[in-house]
Amino acid sequence: MARLYAEEMVLNMGPQHPSTHGVLRLKLTTDGEIVSHIEPVIGYLHRSFEKHAENLEYQMVTPFTGRCDYLAAMGSEHGYAMAVEKMMGIELPERVEYLRVIFAELQRIASHLVAVGTFGLDVGAITPFIYCFRERELILDLFEMASGARLLYNYIWIGGLAHDVPPGFVEKTYEFLDNFEKRVAEYNQILSGNKIFIERAADIGVMTPEVAINYGVTGPSLRASGVNIDIRRTQPYSIYDRFEFDVPLGEGAQGTVGDSWDRYYVRVLEMQESAKIVRQALDQLPVEGDVQAAVPRRIRPPKGEIYFRSENPRGELGYYIVSDGKNVPVRVKMRSPAFSNLSVINEIGHGWMISDVIAILGSLDIVLGEIDR
Amino acid sequence: MIVTEQEIYSSLSTKFGESIGDFITEETFNPTVLVKAGTLADVCTYLKESESLQFDSLMSLSGHDQDGESELSVIYHLYSTVLDHYCTLKTFVDREEAVIASVANIYRTADWHEREAYDLYGITFTGHPDLKRILLEEDWEGYPLRKDYVAAEFYRGMRIEKVK
Repeated sequence: MARLYAEEMVLNMGPQHPSTHGVLRLKLTTDGEIVSHIEPVIGYLHRSFEKHAENLEYQMVTPFTGRCDYLAAMGSEHGYAMAVEKMMGIELPERVEYLRVIFAELQRIASHLVAVGTFGLDVGAITPFIYCFRERELILDLFEMASGARLLYNYIWIGGLAHDVPPGFVEKTYEFLDNFEKRVAEYNQILSGNKIFIERAADIGVMTPEVAINYGVTGPSLRASGVNIDIRRTQPYSIYDRFEFDVPLGEGAQGTVGDSWDRYYVRVLEMQESAKIVRQALDQLPVEGDVQAAVPRRIRPPKGEIYFRSENPRGELGYYIVSDGKNVPVRVKMRSPAFSNLSVINEIGHGWMISDVIAILGSLDIVLGEIDR
Repeated sequence: MIVTEQEIYSSLSTKFGESIGDFITEETFNPTVLVKAGTLADVCTYLKESESLQFDSLMSLSGHDQDGESELSVIYHLYSTVLDHYCTLKTFVDREEAVIASVANIYRTADWHEREAYDLYGITFTGHPDLKRILLEEDWEGYPLRKDYVAAEFYRGMRIEKVK
């Protein structure tokens, strides 16, 4: 049947809208209930991170990186610290490496819990959100125990950690893992296999591998399209080559490969893989070691530049740092994963209903803090 | 088959001759090929379409201003998801007339990244589908990441606080 075209209407979704995960404005051109074009308008959270970084000493940039991706502050700090350490050629004590991996992976679980929970919320499932936040609280408790903060840590320093973890941390983390591994089955029961949820997410906003790669989509959203790229595997950094874990890929179990449901489910599977990594890291964690041993007294990377990337919960987090040998960087560019991930929204979102656009946006798991920087 | 940056450089200089500048391996962790601004889009097309290179992903595109006096530069970090190898391109553009061809129709990633470089460095990318500011307001004056940038005193009647 030929489609009837009505007069187009431009509709503003946001900047203040509960499903935009922050302050994002989508200019939707609608033809009746069908969205024919989506233009994201960003910049509402722009805090000029890169400009600030050019006026701060290297170690003073660390807290700013956490404020960019505030749901994965440990990951952002880890990437930045590794980039500067590589420039300076710093060798880290084993204990630092293991603790960093433990925190980065716990952060990945915490971040994915928000992604999974809020995605459910976006499509009308309120209960799973509470379930997810219940477990996230426990991770934040662990972070608070170690760093004193629950959201923005400034814990991973260039060359080490702010301080060692307190006694009892390892036991509490084991306790959390024992509990968490059972909880994932609950999410699957209440959300993944929920008929209404599947109807809302499966076959919606299918992203082909070609589109994903061309738009620079990375992380779980890329792997949901069946592309097996995880920087922890393809270009292992830190000590990720020592752990056994699978890289979950989208299989189209409820519909098409690369649909919103796949993007959701890859995150659920990834949380389990992260839990596996944390468990292995805890088992192998060296007891001895000063976490401040390799922290340099003066941070002056030699003249030069680096592009260093790491796998953040949302995808490839790249730092392009230029140094002229002084204690202040000449340039710090953050290639934030959600920035590129959001840019694909028109490509995969046009032609769907307004309610589907909400689902597609939720499945991309964006954080405006790192998009706008 | 993984191709080293050195081999990519040789193949580029055979293909494009004079337009390819030096190959920088010192003072960088990502060996970089210098490319003349005029041929950059052609080089990218070649890197993407060549059978043996297949650079299908632009990881990052960054503008850069070294000191506020010399030329601005644009740095392209490329990656081949198929063959798992890397390549970094760097090109210089004039400060006053910062114009370079857009690669947004080769790599869609470049669309927003070029808008960002335009927004913060004032580099114009010709052939870009919709070049306008992305992070700052449309009526913002100047390009904040240029080293010689001086912030205006007021923006829409609000005082802009001085940094340092």
